Formats: sequence, structure tokens, C-alpha cells
Amino acid sequence: MMTSRTVEIWVGLFVVAGMAALFMLAMQVSNLGTYSNSEGYEIQANFEDASGLKVRSPVTMAGVTLGRVTNISFDGKSFQAVVTMRIEEQYNQLPAGTSANIYTAGLLGEKYVGLLPGSAADPCEDEKLQAELEGREPDLKGLDCKPQHLAQGSKIELTQGSLVLEKLIAQFVSSFMDSKDKEQAEKE
Amino acid sequence: MSLNSIRTLGHKGLSFFQRLGRGSILLVNIVLGIPALLPRVRLLIQQTYSVGVLSLLIIFVSGLFVGMVLGLQGYNTLVKFGAEESLGVVVALSLVRELGPVVSGLLFAGRAGSALTAEIGLMKATEQLSAMEMMAIDPVRRVLAPRFLAGLISMPLLAAIFSAVGVLGGYFVGVGLLGVDEGAYWSQIQANVDYHDDILNGVIKSIVFGTVITWIAVFEGYDAIPTSEGVSRATTRTVVHSSLAVLGLDFILTALMFGES
Amino acid sequence: MADDSDILVKVRDLHFERGDRMIFDGVDLDIPRGKITAIMGPSGTGKTTMLRLIGGQLRPSSGTVHVEGQHIAGLGHGALYQIRKRMGMLFQNGALLTDMNVFENVAFPLREHTELSNDMIRDLVLMKLHAVGLRGARELMPSELSGGMARRVALARAIALDPMIMMYDEPFTGQDPISMGVLVKLIRELNDALGLTSIIVSHDIAETCSIADYIYLLSNGKVVGHGTAEELGNSSSEWAQQFLNGYSDGPVPFHYQAKDYLADLMDGADQRAQSNGSSGVAS
Ligand SMILES: Nc1ncnc2c1ncn2[C@@H]1O[C@H](COP(=O)(O)OP(=O)(O)OP(=O)(O)O)[C@@H](O)[C@H]1O
Ligand SMILES: [Mg+2]
Repeated sequence: MMTSRTVEIWVGLFVVAGMAALFMLAMQVSNLGTYSNSEGYEIQANFEDASGLKVRSPVTMAGVTLGRVTNISFDGKSFQAVVTMRIEEQYNQLPAGTSANIYTAGLLGEKYVGLLPGSAADPCEDEKLQAELEGREPDLKGLDCKPQHLAQGSKIELTQGSLVLEKLIAQFVSSFMDSKDKEQAEKE
Repeated sequence: MSLNSIRTLGHKGLSFFQRLGRGSILLVNIVLGIPALLPRVRLLIQQTYSVGVLSLLIIFVSGLFVGMVLGLQGYNTLVKFGAEESLGVVVALSLVRELGPVVSGLLFAGRAGSALTAEIGLMKATEQLSAMEMMAIDPVRRVLAPRFLAGLISMPLLAAIFSAVGVLGGYFVGVGLLGVDEGAYWSQIQANVDYHDDILNGVIKSIVFGTVITWIAVFEGYDAIPTSEGVSRATTRTVVHSSLAVLGLDFILTALMFGES
Repeated sequence: MADDSDILVKVRDLHFERGDRMIFDGVDLDIPRGKITAIMGPSGTGKTTMLRLIGGQLRPSSGTVHVEGQHIAGLGHGALYQIRKRMGMLFQNGALLTDMNVFENVAFPLREHTELSNDMIRDLVLMKLHAVGLRGARELMPSELSGGMARRVALARAIALDPMIMMYDEPFTGQDPISMGVLVKLIRELNDALGLTSIIVSHDIAETCSIADYIYLLSNGKVVGHGTAEELGNSSSEWAQQFLNGYSDGPVPFHYQAKDYLADLMDGADQRAQSNGSSGVAS
């Protein structure tokens, strides 16, 4: 006969073990430990083709996940896909001229958004540089100054959409045919 | 002849719905009895011990071995494509989404469900339940409700332990024996297992399974014919019916949860 | 109906059946308050069934059972459990809870229904166990008790809540002469000291007659005789004479309803002859 003390200790251990297992599953086995939902800022990008991309797909730069896709919708005017991404707060120094591409992990893997840093044409920056060279105060009046970093609500202008395998093959086949045609034309 | 078999069929159908009705009424009564249970944690602890703690060993061992086998088989397949880095994902996703809830559900039905039915059925056969009624103690609230609640609590914990131990088992085999990179094992898991879509849905599955298994077990015991044969039949029915229910519900839940995406 | 308040349990025109078999076919019983009433009858007439009908565990097909003026079959769950708190029932086989020891079994109704302190419960339980002579057995599990001991523990449990009405289903079977004497005395004392109303179902004619104030004889779903022990002993009713004296011959059947013995045996012989004949032809 078990004393009720032993029973209580065992039940306590059981509950602790179960909770620990749940905690491990949440933190170590899933992405809960790697991203937090509410913090960070949202940016948008229009893509010609966003096929294969899903909500929660990773957004990376230089192979490091900076955030996740939070929404994918369709813009009825430009007939493009509007992808909203949430970037973690700590990465708030992305340059405004960053471009976005949709890549595939491996040959057949998941689609993800890859960001490439770049600089945008910015009349304010030009004016500042010019002023520094000429040794005068920069005159920013009348210029369309843009923020230098991506922030809440920013829009990425430079994008390249998904590469769909069928399209690639079609392109390859047609260029192959073209070159054959040329060869034949040369022979003749 | 054929008229007779149609009649048998009708009879079977009717008695099925009768049992379903009795079972539903019992479930309502049990659930109504749960609030009165909260101040009496002792009862709950006692039952969590016999339902949960005593199932721990078999869940632990099975989880470990299932994880290890997944690691071995997954590796053998993945290495052909040079994708053995993804071993962690294969192991973790199969465990968290399917094998964890389903296999621990089946084991739970065999280990705890049968014990519950046999215990309650024997209490009925030896008139202990009648005696309680005559002492003005409602056996549904005093005997059935704590066992039901204990099953409800234990099952998700057991399934979580099964999955966690399984992931570790896959880790031992994959990383320890077969030389998969340790960092790749975990980072691939973390990159591909989603907290909401995978873990949470697995937990929901295990809660549903726990409810259904314990419900069937408790009902079969309470509804058993109070003889040794009746109790043994009820015990068999518990294992068969709750295993079938787990598999069927798993299909439905999977279709609902992972179907569109 | 001036004595209505003195009748604690009133059974009127009770009908009850199990499947096709009629167990009660119009039974009227009055159990007077503060008295010991015995219900006797051959095995299988439905004495246990009667106790269950009074306790509300079974519902009559027609007719009524009133306890303290309340119509038992018409009570809701709550009211039924309320009135059961004041009923004690000793089950034929004890029906002890097998996962608790003797002490906890007797303490069980006290723990469930009262807020008494552990000390109080201990004192009460030891008192009840002492009354049935099993104070020393309090640590034993039910599986370690003999049948007679288990029945006495069950009695201690049944009286733990000091009920208003006690129903004893075969309290004397399996008891040695000494504990039998003690039990007879105990039942009488409980009844008189606590003002209980007792219903005893028993086959032990001598013991039952010695303490019962009133006796009902049941057979074949009907009351076949009632009165005090003396009245029954002196009555000219064949039923009463046969039952009280244990004659095997008389209106009370010893056998469960069956067809004629000789015919039954002949039936078997016929079947054997037939099957032998057919198998003989086949081979
Ligand atoms: N659960 C049941 N299902 C069908 N029939 C039953 C059931 N329980 C009892 N019976 C029948 O009801 C009749 C009365 O049973 P009961 O137990 O009341 O007899 P009893 O008078 O207490 O007999 P005994 O003196 O042997 O204890 C019996 O003939 C039995 O065949
Ligand atoms: Mg009986």
C-alpha cells in the first residue's frame, strides 16, 4: 500500500515532467523560441509572382532570419501580390534601398524572402554630400526627403518574384531552340 | 432469413444509439460533477497517480524507441538525397503531429482505459456502487468524475512526454550514432516546426483523445453487466472502441487542422 | 388514517417485474416507526428487491412506495439523495469499498457528509467498530476479512451516520452463534436507544422472531401472511406453518418455477434418443 505522501510526490513529478516536455517542445522543438509575434515593425513589398510563399515563411538577409511573412494579399490595380513582413525590432537599421527576392531553399524546398541591402536614389543624401564638398549648409527645402532606414509601413520598391520551375524550363527550352535555329541558319 | 438479418441489424443500430444516449447523459453528469471536485484535490491526485503515473513507464519507453527507429529509418532514406540534415524535422514533425498523440493514445487506452473499466465494472459487480448510492453518495460524482478528470489531465502530459522523449531518441541515434550535425538537427527543427500549427495542434489532438478514451472507459465500466464475464467484455470493448475512436478522430482532426494550407 | 404518522414506510399495490417475470404482484406493506419489522420468504421471492425499491434504486412498474410521506419514485435526484442520507442499508454481501481498509470504510460516509474533525471521526469510527466487535481489525483490508467479518464492518458503516431507518439484508448469515447473539442484541439496542426503525430480511427464523415486532411473509409476489411472531406461530395459515417450521412440503415451492420434474427428465431422455437415432442413421 502506497502512502499518500509517495503518491503525491509521484503525481507532482509526473506533472512537472509533462510540463517540462511541453516547454521543451515549445522552446526547443518549435520556432516559438526564435520569434516573438508582437514586437518589430511591418514592411511591404509587391511581387510579380509570390507563388509558394506562405504566411510565416521566413524573411532573411545574409542567411539569417530577420522576421516572418505575416500577410499575403492581391493588389487589384497593379495585379501584383502584396506581401507584408514583420521584421524584428533589433534589425531596425536596414537601408531604405533594400531589395527583396523570393528564393527557394534547396532545389525543391520551401520558399522564403531574401533581402539584399542596397542604397536608394535619395536627393537629400545627394544634397548633403554636395554641401559637404562645397563646405556649405545643406539646403533641404523643396527636396523630397525619404527616411534612410526601413521602418513601420515602409515599402520595398525593388523586388523579384518566385521563380516557377515550369517558367524556367520554358525559358530554357525556348532559348535552346533559338540557339539551334541560329546554328542551323549559320550552317546554311 | 434475410428479414431476420435486417431485424438483427435494426436491433444493433437501436442498441448502439441507446448506448450513445446513455453515454452522453453520463458525460453530462460527470462534467456537472467536476466543479464539486475542485476543493477535493486529494481524490484527483489519487486518480492521476493510477491513470497517469502508472502509464508513465510504457509511454517513456515507447517514445524513446519510436524516436530512435524514426531516426534510423529517416536517416537511411534522407541520406540517399544528401538531405540528412533534415533528419530532425522528419523526426520532430512525425512525432509532434501524429505519432505522439496517436501512439500514446493507443497505449493509454490499453494501459489506463482497460484498468479504469475493469475497476469500475468490478465495483459495480460487487455492489460497491449500489452501496454508495444508498449512503447518499453519488458514484458518478465520487468515483467517475475524478477518474475522468485525471484522464483528461494525464493524456496531454503523456503525449508531450512521448514526443519530447522521441525527439531526444532521434537525436541520440541521428547525432550520436550516425553523425548528423548537432546544430543542424536542432536548427532545422526550429526552422520548420511551427509552434501554432504543429505543437499546439498536437496538444489539442491529445486532449481530444484523452477525453474520448476516458469517457469510453468510464462509461463501459459503469454500464457493464455486473458479472465477471460482463466486466471482461466491457474491458475488451473499451480497448477496441477507444483505439478505433483515436484512429478515426485522428483522421478527422488532421484533415481539419492540416488540410488547407 | 389517524396512525398515518406512525407508518414510516408505506407500500401500496406494488407491482414490479424483471423481464417477463413478475417479482411483485400487488404487495401492501406498512413499516411502523420505531419498530423492528421482518420480511421473510423463500429465497428468490424478492426481499432484496423490496429493500431496493424502498431505497429508490429500483422503480416500481406500478403502485407506490412512500417513506416519511414522500413518494420515492417521484423524487428528483437531489431529494432522493437527501432522504437516503437518513437510510442505512446493510448489503447481503457487505459491499465494502475494496480500495480502503476497514477504518476508512466506516469513516467513508462521515468524511463525505460531515465536516467533522479527524479526531471526532476517529472516535466515532472506533465506537461503531467496537459495537460490532471489530475494533482490532481496523487496519485490515476488505480482502483480508472473512464473510461474516465483512458483514459486520458493513453494519458498522451503515450505522455510522445514525440513520432514521435501517435495512438489514440477511444480517445473521455466516455468523457464529456468539456474534449472532451480539448482533441480535445490537440491532435491538440500536432500534430502542436511537429510536430507529428497522427492517430485517432474514431466513433465521428463531433469531428474527426473537427481535421482530412484526413479520411479513412474502411468497410468489404476494404477502401470504403477516402478524407478530406469536400470531403467525398460532395461525392456521399453511404458508406460515410451512415456512416457520421448515417443512419441505406445502404451498411454498422449494423450486424456482419450472416444469414438472419427471417431464423435464423425460424431455432430456427423448432428446438423447433422437440425437442418438439421427447420428446412428448418419453413420
Ligand atoms: N438484475 C437482475 N436481473 C434479472 N432478474 C433479477 C435480477 N436481480 C434479481 N433478479 C430476480 O429477482 C428475483 C428476486 O431477487 P432477490 O435478490 O430480491 O431475491 P431475495 O428474496 O433477496 O432472495 P435471497 O433470499 O436468496 O437473497 C430473483 O428470482 C432473481 O431471479
Ligand atoms: Mg436477497
